[in-house]
Amino acid sequence: MSLVLEARHIEGGYNLGAGFLKAVDNCDLYAYEGEIVGVAGESGCGKSTLAKLIMGFTKPPLKLVGGKSIVDGIDIYGLSWKERRSLWGKVVTMIPQASMNALNPTKRIRDIIFDVVKEKFPIPPSKSEVLDMAKKRFEEIGLDPVALSMYPIELSGGMKQRAVIAVSTLLNPSFLIADEPTSALDVSTQKLLLELLYTLVRKKIVKTLIFISHDIVTLRQICDKMCIMYAGEILEISDTEAIMNRPLHPYTKGLMESVISLSPSIRKTTLKGIPGAPPNLLNPPSGCRFHPRCPYAMPVCRKKEPSLREVEEGRFVACWLHLR
Amino acid sequence: MLRVENLTKIFRTGFLGKGEEIIAVNEVSFLLRKGEILSLIGESGSGKTTVARLILKLLRPTSGHIYYKDTDIWDIPSKTYWRKIQAIFQDPYASFNSFYKVDRILKNVFKLFPDKISEEEKDRKIYEVLERIGLDPKEVLGKHPFELSGGQMQRLLLARCLIIDPEVIIADEPTSMIDASMRVILLNILKELSNKAGKSIIFITHDISQAFYVSDRVLVMYRGRIVESDSVEHILFSPQHPYTKRLISDVPKLHEKFKFTLT
Repeated sequence: MSLVLEARHIEGGYNLGAGFLKAVDNCDLYAYEGEIVGVAGESGCGKSTLAKLIMGFTKPPLKLVGGKSIVDGIDIYGLSWKERRSLWGKVVTMIPQASMNALNPTKRIRDIIFDVVKEKFPIPPSKSEVLDMAKKRFEEIGLDPVALSMYPIELSGGMKQRAVIAVSTLLNPSFLIADEPTSALDVSTQKLLLELLYTLVRKKIVKTLIFISHDIVTLRQICDKMCIMYAGEILEISDTEAIMNRPLHPYTKGLMESVISLSPSIRKTTLKGIPGAPPNLLNPPSGCRFHPRCPYAMPVCRKKEPSLREVEEGRFVACWLHLR
Repeated sequence: MLRVENLTKIFRTGFLGKGEEIIAVNEVSFLLRKGEILSLIGESGSGKTTVARLILKLLRPTSGHIYYKDTDIWDIPSKTYWRKIQAIFQDPYASFNSFYKVDRILKNVFKLFPDKISEEEKDRKIYEVLERIGLDPKEVLGKHPFELSGGQMQRLLLARCLIIDPEVIIADEPTSMIDASMRVILLNILKELSNKAGKSIIFITHDISQAFYVSDRVLVMYRGRIVESDSVEHILFSPQHPYTKRLISDVPKLHEKFKFTLT
């Protein structure tokens, strides 16, 4: 299996009036061909920022401070902004959070597609070629090609979401980042979308998918590997099954204990949640960033920051409970 | 507490209402008992929020009646009624005036009361309520709404509600904007309010697992109608309506993986 994404020591953040907010701090992320990697964490933990830094979308105030990102053999930060722009859509694509609103309401879907293609090629292919390509992709993801000549307003939420995915994967990018694609959908549409993302990778339309969500239950449905983020740092990376069976980091445990699952016993149990709020990243706490909310906090957690280490085979965690 | 009978709301579109008719709520009837949490589940557009707005007297029903303790709510003066019934809405940022600081927002609540209340009394009450729902008064007072996180704002809405101390609380998707870890805490507060303080709560959500976690009885709404109403256990084990069945099977579960087949 070849490595599709190699993001090493990624560090970056936003230049704000009050100072530099480091939204992502020293994050390592690897993804192999055919893999679906889930990134989980609460809002504001830096998930989306990490995604942007991986694909090189450093539009001010966002800034990369250190580290590098290699996607499909291409060193993203070795390229100029213009060169990077030409890669988006062809090598790496992001399905944005608000993809429901990503389509221009005054244009038909096919005109939006023509625009995208025109932008990416110096000599654009003919319209009929593009249309054939689009028809094929629409069928592959289970959307009626009739939708090509419709306006976004005529499509339902789930169809719009599919159309966005069709447009973003049209040029066969090898690497797809889906940023909270399911959060605005109801459960039935959400299930269809998960199935679609799953098929995209399994049918090898895209080589690798990074699936960002705050909801570990949706992630767990399709992801092979999961990565838990908190306050700009990665706290745990493991196989999904391993995490689900035995979470190592207290934060992961807390997240799992906040899941309201649909079972008869749920009414009798009282879930705990995680008290407190994530830290202000302008002034992060000393030591482990989770220690103010951690039920197992020890003196060392306040002083020294744990680094992400392999504690068992294939299980990486940054927590003093597991490091010696 | 609250009796809803054959409630119907029809919206008309077009100039002077000559366009199409949209039946948002169709012949809805149900009872809300004292101290219970009743959940209203349905997908977007099924009429859940319209029901909430009708109960809150924000909309006039096309036909049908709502009775609060056997009096039609439209015969009760609004100020009196709103002291008894309060709501927590989906988007906390849209519910507060963002130019006001939190203390002013909370103090304005006292205008609903008929008698004059001294400043110290107001402060005491605000502190008491904030501490009860786990917010540090020193941290939130004196700030503007946009300086607070979604979870804090949502709890502030609840605080506002508790200052008024209503008998009925309508919670319209109160957890949709906040993280899972905070969501559970908020739901626990709601549960406690009904168990310990005897409040009646209508909990509106599209998330069936949350409804099952907090409530005693569940109403399932589909296209403006109530298609199923039963206790939580009955609906979970033997859902009758195809919509309820689909809803239950499509919910992702923590210890189970969806099985997708490649076609």
